[in-house]
Amino acid sequence: MGTHVIKMPDIGEGIAEVELSVWHVKVGDMVVEDQVLADVMTDKAMVDIPSPVHGKVIALGGQPGEVMAVGSVLISIEVEGAGNVKESTQPAAAVKEAPVAAPKVEAVVESKPVAAAAPRPAVCQGPLVAREANERPLASPAVRKHALDLGIALRLVRGTGPAGRVLHDDLEAYLAQGQSNASSVSSAYAQRNDEAQIPVIGMRRKIAQRMQDATQRAAHFSYVEEIDVTAVEELRAHLNEKHGATRGKLTLLPFLVRALVVALRDFPQINARYDDEAQVITRLGAVHVGIATQADIGLMVPVVRHAEARSLWDSATEIARLATAARNGKASRDELSGSSITLTSLGALGGIVSTPVLNLPEVAIVGVNKIVERPMVIKGQIVIRKMMNLSSSFDHRVVDGMDAAQFIQAVRGLLEQPATLFVD
Amino acid sequence: MQTLHTTLLIIGGGPGGYVTAIRAGQLGISTILVEGQSLGGTCLNIGCIPSKALIHVAEQFHQTQQHSQHSALGISVSAPTLDIGKSVEWKDGIVDRLTTGVAALLKKNKVQVIQGWAKVIDGKTVEVGDTRIQCEHLVLATGSKSVNLPMLPIGGPIISSTEALAPKSVPKRLIVVGGGYIGLELGIAYRKLGAEVSVVEAQERILPAYDAELTQPVHDELKKLGVTLYLKHSVQGFDSKSNTLQVLAPNGDTLNLETDQVLVAVGRKPNTQGWNLEALGLAMNGASIKIDHRCQTSMHNVYAIGDLSGEPMLAHRAMAQGEMVAELISGKSREFNPTAIAAVCFTDPELVVVGQTPDEARAAGLDCIVSSFPFAANGRAMTLESKSGFVRVVARRDNHVIVGWQAVGVGVSELSTAFAQSLEMGAQLEDIGGTIHAHPTLGEAVQEAALRALGHALHL
Repeated sequence: MGTHVIKMPDIGEGIAEVELSVWHVKVGDMVVEDQVLADVMTDKAMVDIPSPVHGKVIALGGQPGEVMAVGSVLISIEVEGAGNVKESTQPAAAVKEAPVAAPKVEAVVESKPVAAAAPRPAVCQGPLVAREANERPLASPAVRKHALDLGIALRLVRGTGPAGRVLHDDLEAYLAQGQSNASSVSSAYAQRNDEAQIPVIGMRRKIAQRMQDATQRAAHFSYVEEIDVTAVEELRAHLNEKHGATRGKLTLLPFLVRALVVALRDFPQINARYDDEAQVITRLGAVHVGIATQADIGLMVPVVRHAEARSLWDSATEIARLATAARNGKASRDELSGSSITLTSLGALGGIVSTPVLNLPEVAIVGVNKIVERPMVIKGQIVIRKMMNLSSSFDHRVVDGMDAAQFIQAVRGLLEQPATLFVD
Repeated sequence: MQTLHTTLLIIGGGPGGYVTAIRAGQLGISTILVEGQSLGGTCLNIGCIPSKALIHVAEQFHQTQQHSQHSALGISVSAPTLDIGKSVEWKDGIVDRLTTGVAALLKKNKVQVIQGWAKVIDGKTVEVGDTRIQCEHLVLATGSKSVNLPMLPIGGPIISSTEALAPKSVPKRLIVVGGGYIGLELGIAYRKLGAEVSVVEAQERILPAYDAELTQPVHDELKKLGVTLYLKHSVQGFDSKSNTLQVLAPNGDTLNLETDQVLVAVGRKPNTQGWNLEALGLAMNGASIKIDHRCQTSMHNVYAIGDLSGEPMLAHRAMAQGEMVAELISGKSREFNPTAIAAVCFTDPELVVVGQTPDEARAAGLDCIVSSFPFAANGRAMTLESKSGFVRVVARRDNHVIVGWQAVGVGVSELSTAFAQSLEMGAQLEDIGGTIHAHPTLGEAVQEAALRALGHALHL
């Protein structure tokens, strides 16, 4: 019998730390070759760690959420034969076995509802003794008068006296418990004292860091423009009708990607990365469009690479593939990095206006709001048009307001005259 | 025409109206009270108070008469005589003291009393003679009137309770039409004053509003006193030449009952006529004005209290309503929400009903314990020469909360206080059973009734 130790692998260029996200095994489990042991994460890439051996898990190297150095012991597995470590090094790994030694991060989710386990607190609504719907609450004249003075409906007060008699103390308790709902109580829930502690680890920690970083470093400025998408929606419907069966359905996103590609040809300063430490702006010829995507574990931004070299359907297919991969947590690190501009859309939940946060080091993010039909005045006539807002944010440190506005006006022009998306 | 302005205007100076005025005065509300006759209304002038005075005279006379004949107590007196004129004078003295007292209380509380008959113009305007009164709040408290029978118009030998309470002489023979509490209280009094009394009642028993068990001791006493009962008999008419009352017997025969006087006591009705109430077009509830649990009528800031607002027509209800309305007008949050209103008959023996009777509790779907304790087992009752009657309690079986009290017996009217209190406080049988009731008092029967309901009466 020997021990096989797996160390935290180097999964990204120049990355020294990796976060342990999830354990798929526990101490004592038998594992087979290629069985996934754990998920670890760098940047926004989730990586599976498979087992190279058969054996029994004897120690885990860390708790989920723990940031571990590349090369540190991730897991120890007891195997037939010699294993890959000498006997003398074993105790070092075994130290981590004791679960109490590690928990720097409290991983237990404290969501046990207090109210359910503990007896109901003394102060609560509803009668202690069941009262018929129309039954008079039992209370002395003085209590009744006091209740009227206080504006309390006696039937809502729990009586703690004999046979459910409402006492002066019960009125006090009722008041103390619900000042705000004393007069219109029926919809109030019982007071709760439970709380749930959710450790901010993994994806959430990354998102939190990046959002904080972006808002602290970039000088956000937002710009909202209204776009008449009637024509592009007609075109989309037509293309879906004509080619939907063979080439797949198009959403509005590939048209937006195309509009960005075309417009960015005239606005290279928008398709750029700003390294504020090195004080260098890198303008990219390629348009790598990040597509903000909601996955179960949080916000991810898979990237449609070289959008400038893709057809509509090509973009559409790639967006769909990346979104699925991101949602399933299977997007690779490459697929999740390297964007030069980001598109963010909440679809039907897009609202009227949003203020997107930049995906640093990019300098622009374009937010898509929902499409609604509105009466618009065109040539003195009121007509129903499909309208959509674009809410965009730019890094004002390096993008001037005039440039940003002109860029969005260009995008608008392209979308409102969809032929110009494809004809120079 | 002069115009007066006030915050509150009350029409009627009976127990409802004058209590409203006193309380409003205490609360600093500018108040005018309009009364057409005498302050105190029916209650003080021609109702509760004078009838109790007359009943007291009759009882004293009756007791003395008893002693002059065969006194078990060993008292020997010569046959008493009665100067009914002096009796009425004594009664009037009491009424005077009380009405003068009411006037003083109103004055003390800065209530302006206007003598005269009110005529309603609209919900904020009332005329009294050539005075116009403008108000923000109008309280209607005009009380009730005796119900008249078309074939027995009041006049001559046909009298109402008003005339019966101010007799010039005691008639030799009196027929009381109506076996309710007013007819019986007065009928018994007149019997004790020496009249031959008959009672004609259309229902099959006296005091039909109360249950048979409760009224039986009164029935027995009427028999003992020699009051003739014509139950299930109805009045046909009166022949003033022969002074005979025609009465239809249940077998279809018409009886001609000779009499000197006929007292019509067939109930009271809300006083809604003759003061232009129609001008307001208020929603009605039968013959009475419809009110909500704050005594508000269908018109904003117009209230109706007391008999005008219907049953139970009791002075203490009117007073409680009046007090509440005054507080309501002062801006307080108030409701008329008593658990029970005691009803008392000053018959011989007296009868008290507070809260639900066994039948009412059953009808309300309550599973109840009903228990009574007889005065025959109460020492104090024996020393009062009273052996009939009982105290009865009705309580919920599940939690022993008392929902009703009834009693019949000598002096039980005073027990109404304890009954009402126990109901308002939400007392359980154990509360009353566990309260020490002074010995020797009639109140011990109250405690014993509760104990008996719990299965362990001590003196039975």
